[in-house]
Amino acid sequence: MNWLLTIAPVAALIAMAMSLTHLLPIGVSLALNDGTLPIWILSMALNFAAGAVLWLSTRRQKRELNLREGILLVVSVWTGGALFASVPILLTIPQITFTDAYFEAVSGLTATGATVLIELDNLPPSVNVWRALLQWLGGMGVIVLVVAVLPMLGVGGRQISKSEIPGPMKDEQLTPRVTQTAKGLWLIYAALTLACALAYHAAGMSPLDALIHSFTTLSLGGFSSHDASLGYFNSAAVDMVAICFMMIAGLNFATHFMVWRTKSLRPYVRDTEVRYFVLVIGGSIAGIAMLLYGSGVYPDFFTAVRYAAFNIISVGTTTGYSTADYNMWPVFAPLWILFLGTFLSCSGSTGGGIKMMRAVILYRQVYREIKSLAHPYAINPVKVAGQVVADPIVFAVLGFFFVWIVLLVSMTLILGWTGLDAMTAFSAVVASLNNIGPGLHQVGPATNFAVLTAFQTWVCTFAMLLGRLELFALLVVFTPAFWRK
Amino acid sequence: MRIVILGAGQVGSSVAESLVSEANDITVVDTDAARLRKLQDQFDLRTVVGNAGHPATLERAGARDADMILAVTQSDETNLVACKLAATMFNVPTKIARIRAADYLSHPEMFGSEFFSVDTVICPEQMLTDYIGKLIEFPESLQVLEFAEGTVSLVAVRAFHGGPLVGQELQTIRKHLPNLDTRVAAIFRHDSPIIPDATTVIEAGDEVFFIAATENIRGIMHELRRMDKPVKRVMIGGGGNIGRRLAKAIEDRYDVKIIEYNRAGAELLAAELRSTLVLVGDVTDENLLQSESIGDMDVYCALTNDDENNIMSSLLAKRMGVRRVVALINRSSYVNLVQAGAIDIAISPAQATIGTLLAHVRQGDCVAVHSLRRGAAEALELVAHGDANSSKVVGRRIEEIDLPKGATIGAVVRTHEQSVESGSDDESDAANGNGKAKARKKPVVERQVLIAHHDTVIEPNDHVIVFVINKRIVPKVEKLFQVSIGFL
Repeated sequence: MNWLLTIAPVAALIAMAMSLTHLLPIGVSLALNDGTLPIWILSMALNFAAGAVLWLSTRRQKRELNLREGILLVVSVWTGGALFASVPILLTIPQITFTDAYFEAVSGLTATGATVLIELDNLPPSVNVWRALLQWLGGMGVIVLVVAVLPMLGVGGRQISKSEIPGPMKDEQLTPRVTQTAKGLWLIYAALTLACALAYHAAGMSPLDALIHSFTTLSLGGFSSHDASLGYFNSAAVDMVAICFMMIAGLNFATHFMVWRTKSLRPYVRDTEVRYFVLVIGGSIAGIAMLLYGSGVYPDFFTAVRYAAFNIISVGTTTGYSTADYNMWPVFAPLWILFLGTFLSCSGSTGGGIKMMRAVILYRQVYREIKSLAHPYAINPVKVAGQVVADPIVFAVLGFFFVWIVLLVSMTLILGWTGLDAMTAFSAVVASLNNIGPGLHQVGPATNFAVLTAFQTWVCTFAMLLGRLELFALLVVFTPAFWRK
Repeated sequence: MRIVILGAGQVGSSVAESLVSEANDITVVDTDAARLRKLQDQFDLRTVVGNAGHPATLERAGARDADMILAVTQSDETNLVACKLAATMFNVPTKIARIRAADYLSHPEMFGSEFFSVDTVICPEQMLTDYIGKLIEFPESLQVLEFAEGTVSLVAVRAFHGGPLVGQELQTIRKHLPNLDTRVAAIFRHDSPIIPDATTVIEAGDEVFFIAATENIRGIMHELRRMDKPVKRVMIGGGGNIGRRLAKAIEDRYDVKIIEYNRAGAELLAAELRSTLVLVGDVTDENLLQSESIGDMDVYCALTNDDENNIMSSLLAKRMGVRRVVALINRSSYVNLVQAGAIDIAISPAQATIGTLLAHVRQGDCVAVHSLRRGAAEALELVAHGDANSSKVVGRRIEEIDLPKGATIGAVVRTHEQSVESGSDDESDAANGNGKAKARKKPVVERQVLIAHHDTVIEPNDHVIVFVINKRIVPKVEKLFQVSIGFL
């Protein structure tokens, strides 16, 4: 077990860095005087102390991480990070169980957006800021941020980013150095967040709400400081801002990086995922708006378009805001919206699900099978954007999809066994595994995950972690081969 | 002319062969001594063994006194370096390089005198691809050659029973086609040329060469033979350099299938081509052809590196029902064997590409040369310079010009330069710039095509398209177009 120690100093540094992030809720608490200041200081101290002790006892470990250690580091940071992050939630909210506090922290760090808390409007503002901040940190991956810092401490970062940056084509590099790439991505992420906050404020939000919602928009998390989510503002301008920034965050940040680098919009045009992303969103909005208008849910067509567009993009990009209780819409609409959430987000975005890239590859693979029946001599490579996708990647995608389906079915069955109705069980698993947030029925947009029992909550927590760590990174830890020397 | 040819490969050898017969002093440079020895045994030329990209080799090859250097080695880089050396160290006036990489070709500025000093870039594979592309576009033709930047075309077709003009005298063309002006430049009957006049009768089986403005070709072809339905499906045998380029060029317009023997090569092809169906297998594999329903193909092009394979697979394809078969055949003896038999068109790569080079070797202001009928005949585009006093052609009616027997003037292209300030010209220039070395800016020109009649008067700077049925009289035609000394 000696090799486990190699990740300790890095994990310790991350813990200490996380203690610094407490400065934001501390600032909010000071400014608004919401009476939670001692809790934040305690949590910060705890975080820092744990990190410092670990670092002091293991700092002699200076070896480069190998792939296995990298994976273990990622997993322990997500699970352990959520543990530390749940401490202030546990202390500030009366009568909350550890299960619920941990669920809330995981939902934050995985940018899922499912919540077990009620009366969000009455929570101390600093707690809402903390929840949003967790999503913001989690959104792009705490690790990507750390990758920018780690090399300065003499620790290589490539292995970490390999299991961290989402999407099937991970080896595609933007700059020669991971650090540079991470810094570039981080800068774009931060700049877009700032732009989003300003836009929200201009659209009529208070500065605090604008900050909270910009954090959870760019991370495609979906936490809100209001029970009614973005429906609280009931403003077309706010909806518009959210739609724009959710779509931006749903695209590959590497593409944003290329746009910023080349100062032209051509990378968007050349990105296959962008094309399908826009097409699917456009088609879905048109179809669902017509359905809503036709079945008389909304009296005029433009209102139907507005609500359809917002909720489709929100759930499709796995954000999870809502401005309407789409549970009440004709049954096709909520199911389609939930289905979009499983694949719409582009690889390299902050969204969840199997990602558009994998969906495109799966579709092309099916097409290839059919074509090779008609032309047995033909060579039909799976191509994306004119590039051949190597067979090992196709196999990996097929494997990923298989595992995803197996998990979806088995966890739905487990929840069903514990007594949930079929729609609630299924939608809760879909919403958690794909980091969407709200499901349907009992866990729908108008209600939340508070109805679940402790065991059911743990299942969903596990599903969220699985989804965010792209299934395999977490599953591999449970295989004996991983622990063998 | 003193010409140094770098590279004794397929292009280098065949160029040397054609140039040596035109009274030029040829030196061929190559690293392969055996290949050079073979060439030297066959032809009257000098050979130098060495790396064409080294100054010492060029020095030994006599670059200092050379009028022209032709860099056609296998390596683009060697060709570029040789041209640069020839320009800076030896002051060779004309430098021609064979460049294959598309990446180089897409940057015409790098061939300028301040960079690699290449006067003309040639890409034989591209020329062949264009050539075959034309044959697919006009499936009834045997050959389509363009002059004056594509405004005039010379088309060879075989007259068939049932064509409206077959069995008629040539003068009836005017009655059949009152709005389309054309001129029959030559007729080959049983492989021997006939100089046509108004009373010549076209017979079934004749190979008819006619000249017309490019936009009129389709209408005229319609008169000579019944029109086939347009080509939709094309199969290409062989995914080498030419097959790949051809598939890439036509895959947007036709339904294309390509067969490649080598699996790794096929995978590369599949990666590069967008809508083409790439098949792995042997072009002579009957089962493969059958399962890809070759009988429904409109055109089959056999473009492998192997003559025998091309011939066999073409014969097979033809028997299985392909409408039209085009085969690439290097050996001229094979060409004569199969042309006009089962294989509709046999293309000799060397003959199809040599024209561009010949244009630079010729005396007078020769813009384009197309080699026809495997080098026996030639079509030239010449510029008439001077005035009525200094030139033997300018200011004269065509009937007054003392053309040697066997030469006919097919058409005259007159350019009217307009000084229109237009930015869009540069764009279209860049778009057409693929393969053209000179990125010179052209003023907006309007080209007027005059099909030659006995009373057409030639004006200064006209481009005259001359058809020569026998290559031996080419020098006489060139001499005719040279401006007499008094003018200089």
